[in-house]
Amino acid sequence: MYALELKDLRKTFGKTDIIRGVNLAVTQGERVAVIGPNGAGKSTLFNLISGRFAPTSGEVLLNGQRIEGKKPYEINRLGLSRSFQITNIFPNLSVFENLRCGVLWSLGYRYTFFKFLANLDDANERTEQLMHKIKLERKRDVLALNLTYAEQRALEVGITIAGGANVILLDEPTAGMSRSETQRFIELITEVTEGKTLLTVEHDMDVVFGLAHKIAVVVYGEVIAFDTPDKIRANARVQEAYLGAQAESAQTEKGD
Amino acid sequence: MEFFTISLLNGVSYGLLLFMLSSGLTLIFSMMGVLNFAHASFYMLGAYFAYSTTQLVGYWPALFLAPLLVAVLGASFEKFCLRRVHKFGHVPELLITFGLSFLIVEMVQLVWGTSSVDYRVPAELSGPLFTIFGTQFPTYRGFMMLVALSMLLSIWLLLTRTRIGLIIQAALTHPDMAQALGHNVPRVFMLVFGGGAALAGLAGVIGGNAFVTEPGMAATVGSVIFVVVVVGGMGSLSGAFVASLLIGIIQTFAVGVDSSLMSVASTLGLQITPQTFGFALWKLKISQIAPILPYLFLVLILIFRPKGLLGTREG
Amino acid sequence: MSLHQKSQPHKVSRTVVWASFAVILLLAPLLFTSSLSHTMLSQMGIAIIVCLSYNILLGQGGMLSFGHAVYSGMGGFLAIHTLNLVSDGKLPLPVSLIPIVGGFSALLIAVVLGWVTTKKSATPFAMITLGIGELVWSMSLMFPEFFGGEGGISGDRVTGSKPFGITFGPQIQIYYLIAIYTFICTAAMFAFTRTPLGRMLNAVRDNAERVEFVGFDPRRVRYLSFIIAAFFAGISGGLAALNFEIATSEVVSGARSGAYLLFTFLGGGAFFFGPIIGAVLMVLAFVLLSELTKAWLLYLGLVFLFMVMFAPGGIASLIAMNLRVAAFGRLRELWANYLVLAVTSVIVLLGAAGMIEMTYHLKLNEALGPKLVYLGMSLDAKGTSSWVGCALVMLVGLVSFELARRRFIKKWSAIQEFIATEIQRREAM
Repeated sequence: MYALELKDLRKTFGKTDIIRGVNLAVTQGERVAVIGPNGAGKSTLFNLISGRFAPTSGEVLLNGQRIEGKKPYEINRLGLSRSFQITNIFPNLSVFENLRCGVLWSLGYRYTFFKFLANLDDANERTEQLMHKIKLERKRDVLALNLTYAEQRALEVGITIAGGANVILLDEPTAGMSRSETQRFIELITEVTEGKTLLTVEHDMDVVFGLAHKIAVVVYGEVIAFDTPDKIRANARVQEAYLGAQAESAQTEKGD
Repeated sequence: MEFFTISLLNGVSYGLLLFMLSSGLTLIFSMMGVLNFAHASFYMLGAYFAYSTTQLVGYWPALFLAPLLVAVLGASFEKFCLRRVHKFGHVPELLITFGLSFLIVEMVQLVWGTSSVDYRVPAELSGPLFTIFGTQFPTYRGFMMLVALSMLLSIWLLLTRTRIGLIIQAALTHPDMAQALGHNVPRVFMLVFGGGAALAGLAGVIGGNAFVTEPGMAATVGSVIFVVVVVGGMGSLSGAFVASLLIGIIQTFAVGVDSSLMSVASTLGLQITPQTFGFALWKLKISQIAPILPYLFLVLILIFRPKGLLGTREG
Repeated sequence: MSLHQKSQPHKVSRTVVWASFAVILLLAPLLFTSSLSHTMLSQMGIAIIVCLSYNILLGQGGMLSFGHAVYSGMGGFLAIHTLNLVSDGKLPLPVSLIPIVGGFSALLIAVVLGWVTTKKSATPFAMITLGIGELVWSMSLMFPEFFGGEGGISGDRVTGSKPFGITFGPQIQIYYLIAIYTFICTAAMFAFTRTPLGRMLNAVRDNAERVEFVGFDPRRVRYLSFIIAAFFAGISGGLAALNFEIATSEVVSGARSGAYLLFTFLGGGAFFFGPIIGAVLMVLAFVLLSELTKAWLLYLGLVFLFMVMFAPGGIASLIAMNLRVAAFGRLRELWANYLVLAVTSVIVLLGAAGMIEMTYHLKLNEALGPKLVYLGMSLDAKGTSSWVGCALVMLVGLVSFELARRRFIKKWSAIQEFIATEIQRREAM
């Protein structure tokens, strides 16, 4: 059984086909980088998987269970969590509160108003650990809107993993970061997603080749290749998609 | 039969008036994301300005002057107050328009008093337009429909056929891009807000003398047009059109029906006596429940079709 | 003014705060002994509960409701009917528990109406609350059996069992009943902010979409919070029914909902104690200000407008900002500035108010002639000298205010920068 499986997934907006039949099967514990040209549909794919949009047709299976068409919170409760390309945190809550919000449901605290947050030891402990993991313990009581951009991205990831989901989707986690920040951030991501199934949309190739077990290349709403990094590097279709037909013909001329 | 026709015609003219108001509201909302709580107050101002202008120079100049005055007021408010609040988010925007509506009511009462003013239909337009099935259809109602339709036609032409209309449409969905292309988007916003206010003012000019002109008129019609916008679907002009006509017609019909729910029930074969549960409800005449029909409609739409009749976005 | 601040205002021991609150509630009627004061204090208690309940929606949930009076009002109506049942001997319920009946009635109504109302968020939500508010208000005119028509429904609170000889006849007795409810309800609503549902409500306010992706249904959060807010509003309505011994259709009117909105916002939605300030101001405005001048609604509207434009966090946020400055030891430098700002704004107010009062006088007191008494001076509303004088005063005030404001802003910004660097310095340690 695969951790995440997409079967002939399609999405049409109005008359435009954005996702044209995606098939993908990700094994438990695999780290997959999703790459492709801009507008290929990578974010839309994430939106379909995480429940932000419902697919026009096709299936999404999480640990063998069909989740397409379910609401985001239903999918999240089944063990899939995602982060956003444009930071999506709770600006008027502190770092600690932000993380705790991500933790509550997974520990069984539903819409209760008869318990005090201060007394939820398990939630508070888990939040403390999380804060240390993403290295924001110094900013415990700072309002999220007052953090630096990189700190907010770290918080974004923190909220995503807070619930202990086993399948994590990270949408361009290092967007807008400098080289050194990216480097540190990737180390952080590797650490915190230890043992989990990870799908991440990335543009930075160093990150992709360093982090991923497998790469999925999305072009015009289809997965044109899904393989190990080395095989992807050598894949003719991928080269064509990124560099155009000329590069391919140039290479055949050279007798590659 | 005559009741049906007359009510239908009256209902359509009232519905068109509602559409004049709700279209301006929808345009402002779609464009700026602001729900102008003071929109019905602009309607009221239009009526009062028309009343005073009519006293000074007559009705026909008032038809142009009053909406203009309201437009200037609206544009200034946008420039000096609303713009300042934009950065605080949608709730403060709604609150400031709420504050404006509050102030306008006070000012109106201050200047024109707390009871209704005698804003009359001009002599040239009073009297029947035609007689149908023995009942007269007032000329003024026909005039109202004419003004409403021609106004809406010109708005449609403006938006779709002119350059400024295209810019407005662009700024509608992509304000940043429109600004990056060199268009003065803040000025466009001011124009749209002022334009919406003018539309509401014009509705006031033609509606104020057909109905009553008093300080409470904003509140009465205000909640109805909000219902229209939600029922039609937030941001949908066609939805607002359908909803306006629907609510206008239904309400006009209901007001004219004197029979009670009880008698309606008895025609269906149900016997209602003072002992029946909810007798207080049954003995009400349909004309008595007419005021709440729009709100009942709102509740029904929310239950069965929350997007609204023709809504596209999830509000 | 930037809101670069921690999530809690200047720390004062919680116990001290609550104890002081209780002491104030206890001793207030002994300090202010006139019957007018007792009436006002009673109304303040009622207002505090309803404004705090409104802030569950506005400040904590980001839900702008134009129809909150439906719940406080219906709570009031059901309370007064229950009171009449007690008077008729049909229901052996102590009078002191009647507000709870109000609370539960409002709760049940919210279960039904709230489901429809919370289907949407933000702007559509606001419009729906307006529509439903109008619906209920129109219905109040349609069913005189329940709503009492023009005269409303009256009751007599001196009825039923009289535990310890307390009849609730004298105002002071009803005040203490209200005070007890105020304390308990305030504590309960404060406790709510510290529960999972309360916190998730804040999260929904900040970012409803993200809430979905951490496993919660934002609609459910809003719906449950709406019901809780209605419950406390109903208790407030029940207390009002006992206090005034009457419920009229005004209590479910849009005007009343608007007042809750205006004063809760004025007090400040971001801090728990903000609505308490707003509630006190509401009673002062309705009881005292309305007697002082006919133009009170205009002043209210103008104050509201200025607050939205320049201090959307309300009075509470202004207090909190200054407490923060005090915590860094820089407040004493601003005393002089504040004094000057206060004096100049009073001058502006005097000039503007003079003109406003003259206008109102001309309109509303025509029969009394053009002269009016304004702050001990005699003004002639039809004379140019009065108008010119007032306009001049206002102008002088405006100019000096603007000058004082610029100096203040300079100092304030410098202090804010100092605080920011100070925070960074402390974090680095």
